[in-house]
Amino acid sequence: MARLAVQGLRKSYGKVEALKGVDLDIAEGEFCVFVGPSGCGKSTLLRSIAGLEEIDSGTIAIDGNVVNTLRPRDRNIAMVFQNYALYPYLSVFENIAFGLRARKVPDAEIRSRVANAAEMLGIEALLERMPRQLSGGQRQRVAIGRAVVRDALLFLFDEPLSNLDAQLRDGMRAEIKRLHQEIGKTTIYVTHDQIEAMTLADRIVLLRDGIIEQQGAPLDLFERPATRFVAGFLGSPQMNFVATHLDYVDGALTLIFDEGRRLPLDPARAAAFDKYRSRDVILGVRPEHIARANGGAPRKPADAPLNALIDLVQPTGTRTYAQFRLNETEITVELPSHTVERPGTTIELLFDMSRVILIDPQTQHVIPG
Amino acid sequence: MSADGPRRFKTATAGRALLALAVTALFLFPVYWLFVMSIKTPEEVFATPPVWWPAEISLENFAVLFRDGDVRAIWNSAIVAGVSTVIAMFLGTIAAYSIARYRTGGDHLAIWIISQRMIPPIAIVFPIFLAFALIGLNDTYLGLIALYTAFNLPYVIWMMRGYVEDVPLELEESALVDGLDRWQTLLKVVFPMMRTGLFATSVFTFIFAWNEFIFALILTRTEVITFPVQVSHYFGPQQIFWAKIGAMSVLGTLPVFFTVAMAQKLLVRGISMGAVKG
Ligand SMILES: Nc1ncnc2c1ncn2[C@@H]1O[C@H](COP(=O)(O)OP(=O)(O)OP(=O)(O)O)[C@@H](O)[C@H]1O
Ligand SMILES: [Mg+2]
Repeated sequence: MARLAVQGLRKSYGKVEALKGVDLDIAEGEFCVFVGPSGCGKSTLLRSIAGLEEIDSGTIAIDGNVVNTLRPRDRNIAMVFQNYALYPYLSVFENIAFGLRARKVPDAEIRSRVANAAEMLGIEALLERMPRQLSGGQRQRVAIGRAVVRDALLFLFDEPLSNLDAQLRDGMRAEIKRLHQEIGKTTIYVTHDQIEAMTLADRIVLLRDGIIEQQGAPLDLFERPATRFVAGFLGSPQMNFVATHLDYVDGALTLIFDEGRRLPLDPARAAAFDKYRSRDVILGVRPEHIARANGGAPRKPADAPLNALIDLVQPTGTRTYAQFRLNETEITVELPSHTVERPGTTIELLFDMSRVILIDPQTQHVIPG
Repeated sequence: MSADGPRRFKTATAGRALLALAVTALFLFPVYWLFVMSIKTPEEVFATPPVWWPAEISLENFAVLFRDGDVRAIWNSAIVAGVSTVIAMFLGTIAAYSIARYRTGGDHLAIWIISQRMIPPIAIVFPIFLAFALIGLNDTYLGLIALYTAFNLPYVIWMMRGYVEDVPLELEESALVDGLDRWQTLLKVVFPMMRTGLFATSVFTFIFAWNEFIFALILTRTEVITFPVQVSHYFGPQQIFWAKIGAMSVLGTLPVFFTVAMAQKLLVRGISMGAVKG
């Protein structure tokens, strides 16, 4: 168990600046997920923490001790790699025991610790096999076993599930979370899959172009994104973004669209947006925050109606995704199945204006309020 | 389908087998002849028509080699080839590791190294002879070992660089995180991962040194005469010692032959592995 503190971390590969000043504090026992698009620096940050990359400047401290100059082996970290990194010439048992043998742990203790780890991961029956005789999922379990068997301060995972097929991935994801609950070790997990990030993390660190765009609890980031990038990155299907204009109509702050369509802001939030009146803004709304109006049923005060000509319908079974155009932009709406059957129908939608966000087009920051 | 389908197939197979047999015989004949010569009596060696198989297997030719001390040449070759192979493999492999993993020498060092191998030996044999004479290395183990090591290094570096590049970096990084240092990683991860490559390269390095003739001929006199040089001495100005040629050649070929035969599977895999990359 350990705390990790990173300050002002910078790292370049030649001319490419992979990390441009990262500050990070991870608490004892926390499950922290680094997420972000490809090339944003997740692996570089993780590998710097492990000591596999030399950093240009900044400090990395584990439990208050600066480890910048320590070799990987002296940082007492366990790491699981994307391609499992099993030694093909060693049995599963020896693979798991590798780190213990490297640290001269006595034989008897190695046997009991490997047995423990194997039981935890349900791979007792595989210990005598060679890695090539294992399936992808089994290999990943062995790789995880090799990490948990060590009494390391920190667990690092670099996209451990990205080579598994979707079904296996869901199972292993749950298992990793359960493992963390059992062992309680400080864990850093890299992924570019936002669902993995949301489901696993105590804290998400969202990276973009070598800097931390935003960090916090998953639902915090999901419900209160600081920038358009964060809002767009988390959530599936993605949040819709529409360029529009904000102004007073009949004394109420209202978003004005083409074809005379309007969405009045939630009166409870409107005051915060007053300084953006008569200006262009970007509306951000998640597909699940738009519903079909239900005849004359009573509405919540924040619900605002809008007519939409549906041009695409994608049923997924449990839900149906429908699309329509608003200010030249395709907007996706998530509706219960059978709400719309075919494209070409015009329906009345209700926007939950208490959940939408407004974005400043210049800064791309979410306008607080 | 038709009943003669299998039969035609059989004929074709038999034909192919026959052809293979003929080609094999053609290539094996000199080996066979050498071997038979080594167990013949002097009369049988020169008999016409030729004796295909001696009436009695005579080991006298080998006994003579031992009596006259000629076998010392085999021992010399073993020392020179063995020691120079071990040194070249060690230095070459760590150099290859450095080039592959740390980009030592940039893009050009590797090419420069292999270009050393392209010099025709005859062009440098006399300068080396003179240099060796100056520092007293002619006709010494040290001289030949140093020379063969230098000669084999480019080949070892070139081959081993390919094998190192085939070892996934993640395996090494995993070992580093798990508690090994660089040297231990090299020993416990990189070497086992490329053991076929190490073996194949060693065999070729050893065979080169074992068979090398020109340098050995010019740089040795009496003390470290190697096996090929010794055989060449049997082609005298007045007389050719066929029986000794046969026996010595068999003695000199057997060790290499058995190593390669036993390791054939490993070797083929090692060679083709290197062929993919590097
Ligand atoms: N060894 C290297 N040499 C040169 N550039 C590198 C090296 N490793 C990474 N980079 C660059 O640094 C940046 C960050 O790379 P990094 O591997 O950390 O991204 P990532 O977020 O892990 O991406 P992915 O999701 O694709 O794994 C990228 O622009 C990448 O091209
Ligand atoms: Mg990565």
